[in-house]
Amino acid sequence: MSRLIRVLGWLAALGLLAGLVMAFGVTPREVTQGNVQRIMYVHVPAVWVAYVAFAVVFVASVAHLLRRSAGADRLAHAAAEAGVVFLGVNIATGSIWGKPTWGTWWTWDARLTSVSVVFLIYVGYLLLRRMIDDRERAGRYAAILGILGAPNIYLVHVSVYWWRTLHQPPSLLKAGSATMPPVLWAAVLLNFAAFALLSAYFVAKRTRLLRWEQEALP
Amino acid sequence: MSYPRRAWIVLWKDVLSERRSKETLNALFFFALLLLFVFQFSLGADRERLVAALPGLLWLGFVLSGLLGLGRAFLGERENDCWEGLVVVPGDKSAIYLGKVGGSLLLMLVVEAVVLALFGIFFNVDLAPHLAPLALVIGLGTVGFAAVGTLFAAMTAQVRARELLFPVLLLPVLVPVLLAGVKATEAVLGGETLGAVAHWLRLLAAADVIYLTVGVLTFDAVLEG
Amino acid sequence: MAADPLVHIAGLGKAFGTTLVLDDVTLDVRSGEALAVLGPNGAGKTTLLRILATLARPTRGIARVAGFDCVRDVERVRARVGLLAHGAWVYEDLTALENLRFWTTLSGLTPTADELRAALSAVELERVADERVRAFSLGMKRRLSLARLLLARPEVLLLDEPYAGLDPRAGKWLDGYLTAFKAAGGAILMTTHSFGRGLGAAERIAILSAGHVVHQTSLAALDAEDVRRLYELHAEDSA
Repeated sequence: MSRLIRVLGWLAALGLLAGLVMAFGVTPREVTQGNVQRIMYVHVPAVWVAYVAFAVVFVASVAHLLRRSAGADRLAHAAAEAGVVFLGVNIATGSIWGKPTWGTWWTWDARLTSVSVVFLIYVGYLLLRRMIDDRERAGRYAAILGILGAPNIYLVHVSVYWWRTLHQPPSLLKAGSATMPPVLWAAVLLNFAAFALLSAYFVAKRTRLLRWEQEALP
Repeated sequence: MSYPRRAWIVLWKDVLSERRSKETLNALFFFALLLLFVFQFSLGADRERLVAALPGLLWLGFVLSGLLGLGRAFLGERENDCWEGLVVVPGDKSAIYLGKVGGSLLLMLVVEAVVLALFGIFFNVDLAPHLAPLALVIGLGTVGFAAVGTLFAAMTAQVRARELLFPVLLLPVLVPVLLAGVKATEAVLGGETLGAVAHWLRLLAAADVIYLTVGVLTFDAVLEG
Repeated sequence: MAADPLVHIAGLGKAFGTTLVLDDVTLDVRSGEALAVLGPNGAGKTTLLRILATLARPTRGIARVAGFDCVRDVERVRARVGLLAHGAWVYEDLTALENLRFWTTLSGLTPTADELRAALSAVELERVADERVRAFSLGMKRRLSLARLLLARPEVLLLDEPYAGLDPRAGKWLDGYLTAFKAAGGAILMTTHSFGRGLGAAERIAILSAGHVVHQTSLAALDAEDVRRLYELHAEDSA
């Protein structure tokens, strides 16, 4: 297991390096926005990885409630942390992109707003775990929140999108249309793979750490 | 074991307790009145601005009173030391959840009616022609609110910092309901038909179904002791 | 033919974090029998009851009621067990009758109004049936809980210091109730602090100290003084 985790770590490091090279070296410079547009290669994969992480939280939470498996509980915990971190990266990069482009650090753009609400939901998840002393109960209650969170992500995105676009066109910070040149797609996908490996590495280490913490108490 | 009867007896007990003590309802009525003044003072005397903001202010009033009221959903169990009684009772625990949701729903609907009436009077807005569609929008939104709120109230009932954790958990989850409620209310007050807000109503209905389903399926795990 | 004991505990252990509250506890209670568990504060008596009542899970060992495991067959155990703990489970704003109706209906029973009043009669609360519980004394609240158990008809009674706070008259009443319960085939496990009254209905005692059962014996040949000496002999003072 340790060897697997170490391999994962090395693959993630390699992937990140490759992704960096692709994002800053290989892909062409965008005409209107300049180099700031390159942030998309971090911004977009980050949110995809985060949402995959939350899907893992959902599945692990269901497994925990059905089987009372401590392993599933630890997986849900670690995956939620990874998701929150990557979502934070997504929000921060979105904000950084916005400053030179729109002149403002924050905008109530549909995507940014939705992601921020989801961020708050899962920060709440982590808070809940922290504030319940009884570890067994904390795991159970967190699982309920983890199950509620997933469908709620969908509701949040739909409601915020309708909220913003009834009178205005959708945001300019698109992931890219289907007509995006393949080299840009390649950069996004490569970074997605790298981030996915990185988060898998984090989750693996984190669940192991959680298990050691729990085993330290008889 | 009759599931509906068990859910009903929980609802009956909560309504009876509230009718006897009148603690929560009276305080919430007063709170609604206070909110009125707070909104007036924070937003200034410009009536146009207040009326334009009315849908938002209404739902702000609903949410704030709801947070207070729902946070007390399991207060009776806590104060009377009955929580473990609920844990040990045989049978499907989700009946208790539905009974509690029913009680919360009734409480919130009553308070919302008062908020609506007060706001109509004080801001001098005629709500009468829109009452039916308004009732549908508010009703659908409140069901979702009560469903999630009751679940979270149960989960935070025995946590140390429950007064903080309860709103922190509830508010982000409620965003879709809040957005749908405000937008649909705005449209209805602006004279639109229900057809124009059908998508918001569908969203509210979907949220209600999702929240109630999760609550019913997971409440056993909440009341496990 | 010896029937299986109604309450069967073997090698039971319970740890809270690093503290071992119960350690290798083995006890049986047969039908028609009452076992009194004595012990100083912190000995683990209440935890033992809570595990049997399915309010807590053991970390080791077996706990069974009427053959059903307290962890794996939780629902079936709950349907057969009646718990009388320190908290009386009464809603203060409701009347005695309303409290009774609430708990019995929630348990899935359908008592008529007459049956409810009859239960209150049996515990001598019929005169205050329509009064709010807020005004009740501790003894009255206890009797109300017993009325609830009367209607629930459990097979096993778990009582946590049932005689504490009861006046002699109420204590005598409880004796009669427990005797009738045993005669009907039920089993009783109760914790107690007192050496006289509290043991009145018990056939056997077990002395619990620091999570261990240090002594078990039948009460047939013993009186209160003997019991007290046994207790002092075996039980340690817990800090």
